[in-house]
Amino acid sequence: MISFTVNNRAVQVDADPETPLLWVLRDDLGLTGTKYGCGIAACGACTVHVGGQPVRSCSLPVAAAQGKAITTIEGLAADRSHPVQQAWIEHQVPQCGYCQSGMIMAAAALLKVKPAPTDADIDAAITNICRCGTYARIRKAIHAAARRA
Amino acid sequence: MRRLAPLIAGVALILGTLDCARAEDESADHSASLAAFARMASVMMSPRCQNCHTVTAFPRQGDDRHRHQMNVMRGADGHGAPGMRCATCHGTSNNRDSGVPGSDDWHLAPLSMGWEGLSRRELCFHLKDAKRNGGRSGAGVIDHLKTHLVAWAWEPGIAVGGVARTVPPLGYAAFLQAAQTWVAGGQPCPDPHS
Repeated sequence: MISFTVNNRAVQVDADPETPLLWVLRDDLGLTGTKYGCGIAACGACTVHVGGQPVRSCSLPVAAAQGKAITTIEGLAADRSHPVQQAWIEHQVPQCGYCQSGMIMAAAALLKVKPAPTDADIDAAITNICRCGTYARIRKAIHAAARRA
Repeated sequence: MRRLAPLIAGVALILGTLDCARAEDESADHSASLAAFARMASVMMSPRCQNCHTVTAFPRQGDDRHRHQMNVMRGADGHGAPGMRCATCHGTSNNRDSGVPGSDDWHLAPLSMGWEGLSRRELCFHLKDAKRNGGRSGAGVIDHLKTHLVAWAWEPGIAVGGVARTVPPLGYAAFLQAAQTWVAGGQPCPDPHS
């Protein structure tokens, strides 16, 4: 059994240690807000926080989560009060929405270490892909969230 | 005195012969050390080493040494940009599902240790310059070569698409042996015309 916390809830899972954390979150724990995109740690749709750091969950074996604190989009702020969530709503960022949970988790992680990011900081940190091309609204929303925080 | 002259001449001849033998030995050691460095350099100039020993603000990937995809940046400490650290994608071992390579403390070498574009001779001087090699003595260089991150180059895993990454042109044990020979020989560098 592999033990860790997800959104402050202790969990134990019986899974092959090499199983990507993404599939344990989605299939075993029912947390389907985290999305599968590319499966090669490139697009960022599967981004969650592990010990507060952004991690591509498609490329993290669940064994590496042992004893760690995982935060998914469902646990960022259950009442949608997180500054990034508020800014996302204010700027109507999502289009199809598929990549947005990963975008929000990546943005929240950036703002923790760079409370007032420049455009260059955003370019370097938010490497996630949005097939709808909402990048301009994402940038605006991150700046707005920085002002809210 | 006249009687001692042949003895003195004999001793001088023996000493001279010993000097010649010593010089030949030293020359052989020097040549062996230079040859060892040439073997080391063949590894250090391979993509597995050079892709992370860059002189750029970003790492490189692949045998064609293209810029790391997804706008990945070096960051101030060589561990990535704030909010997009190397560990965001790279774990402590190669990931068989995603093809993402991994090792302990995955990161770029500091800019001072950038090797791109250097000749073998320049690389040699670079490698033994404490101001550019992280303050390492010869033994310190060898210690670095024994880290998990350096050893990863010989077990680089399978890339996206199921293609095995190439390994350096010399085996790991032979590489370490070459480094030890080079250091033991006083870290000689190739001359400008070699």
